[in-house]
Amino acid sequence: MAAGAAPRPARRGGRREGGSNGPRREAAPGLVSVMESVEAVARTLLSFGRLSRGLPFGRAHGLSSRDPLLPLAPRSQENADPQRTAFLLRKQWTLYSVTPLYRFSNAHLRDYARLLSAFIAAEKQKGLAVEVGVELDIKVAVSSLPYLKGSDQDQAAILVQLSSRSPASPKNSEEKLIWSGWFCCVSGDNLSKNVPEDFTCLPLFLVNGAECYTSIVGSWFQKTFDCSFRRLAISPLILSWMAAMWTGCKVDKTASAMELVFSVPCLPQPLDISYAIHPEDAKALWDTVQKTPGEIIQEEVDVFMDCLYSHFHRHFRIHLSATKLVKVSTAIASAHCDGIIKVRF
Amino acid sequence: MAELQPYNKLPALSCAVLLLVGSDGGLQQRLAEAILREKKNFKINIHLAASLPLPPERDHLRPRIDLVAFMIDIKSKYSLKNVEASLAYVDDSFFLGKVCFLVTGVGRVNYCSVEMNAIRNLGEVYCSPVLFCELEVEGSQVATAQRLLRMLEICAGHVPGVSALSFSSLMRNCADD
Repeated sequence: MAAGAAPRPARRGGRREGGSNGPRREAAPGLVSVMESVEAVARTLLSFGRLSRGLPFGRAHGLSSRDPLLPLAPRSQENADPQRTAFLLRKQWTLYSVTPLYRFSNAHLRDYARLLSAFIAAEKQKGLAVEVGVELDIKVAVSSLPYLKGSDQDQAAILVQLSSRSPASPKNSEEKLIWSGWFCCVSGDNLSKNVPEDFTCLPLFLVNGAECYTSIVGSWFQKTFDCSFRRLAISPLILSWMAAMWTGCKVDKTASAMELVFSVPCLPQPLDISYAIHPEDAKALWDTVQKTPGEIIQEEVDVFMDCLYSHFHRHFRIHLSATKLVKVSTAIASAHCDGIIKVRF
Repeated sequence: MAELQPYNKLPALSCAVLLLVGSDGGLQQRLAEAILREKKNFKINIHLAASLPLPPERDHLRPRIDLVAFMIDIKSKYSLKNVEASLAYVDDSFFLGKVCFLVTGVGRVNYCSVEMNAIRNLGEVYCSPVLFCELEVEGSQVATAQRLLRMLEICAGHVPGVSALSFSSLMRNCADD
């Protein structure tokens, strides 16, 4: 679908300084190698942690007008092993927001793994069977991912993996990964100033795997570190940011279409509208809208989305701006408003 | 005349007229009913409109409008655009306290499609107060109705010694200074 509408000038009143969510300057990734792409994706994923804080209503939670341009690149790019970040890709992650953990220490990860596997075994004994009829030997691995963070002050990401080996198979057979979850923190500068002693800030938790394991692991963390988990919903405003950011990324192979799904409110039967755009057209449109490469501001995102909406309106006489954007899917990644993201590649 | 004028008609005795402009008819209806349920000692006329300009054919039948409340739903970007387009049809002298912006839906941050900065800017550019509310919730609906009623009373001149011009002083935020 060709992008027809010409970008309109930025609407007046866009403030460039002051205000809690003033210009949102993000580093748009420059993708050359696969490694950089993975980092870029990790970067955008990690930016959820920041975007989940103190959004629209009210002032100054987490974002101050003095926010510098955030270099969201992971610190040690050279040491980041593509193998270790490969676990991120091609999986569907469900997002949770987590309150700070009390007395969590990176030095005791092995102990935590041991305690967690004991807890899981105890839960199974109690009859809260995780899988009916199948006796699985569950092994827990907790590791730290030091390169997966936004800046130096951030806490390193923590990965928890549950793998199983059926007792029927031989002892040294391969273990199958059945569940993984990882905590991460991005740009904790603002957070770490306010967080009191003994607390570790890892506000974003991503889960891939069965819900039963999620609840067991979650309840163990809640009991041990006095934190609380909540599903993270992504608002349409943030989804449109993701659409704009991801459209701007260069993709090597033939990319799939960019798809936006809208849900129409106030109807007796639920109605979903799916709007698919050729990725090259979308990128061409974004390139005309974005003024400074490496920076994205709210007005540019607004203009980009307005162009798409007015194009749709011209053809179908439907105002997409009155509907709710529920899912954004590009060649790089997709995100759903219920807090589910999937990184492709 | 396409523009809404504040003083081109004579006021009626002991009467105040409120105009609600917004793209969501259902919400307008509910708010209007909530306002009418409140106790008051003057007559109220509430006019509902989806957008401005108002149709010129019935202009001679319309009374003088004392307060215009533009309703924006943060779940719908369309409502913001609708309000921005309608603002062009309001005469400048209305913006001396006789206009306010009503932002609804703020209870559900996860459904937000409109950026808060855009709304704040709107309020600042047009020098009008911005009221945040959640009209789907009963309590907030009643509170908003009471606030609007009080503002309407002042705009219609029923409160001696207080004029609509004083609303601008209410808008100054301590954090700005």
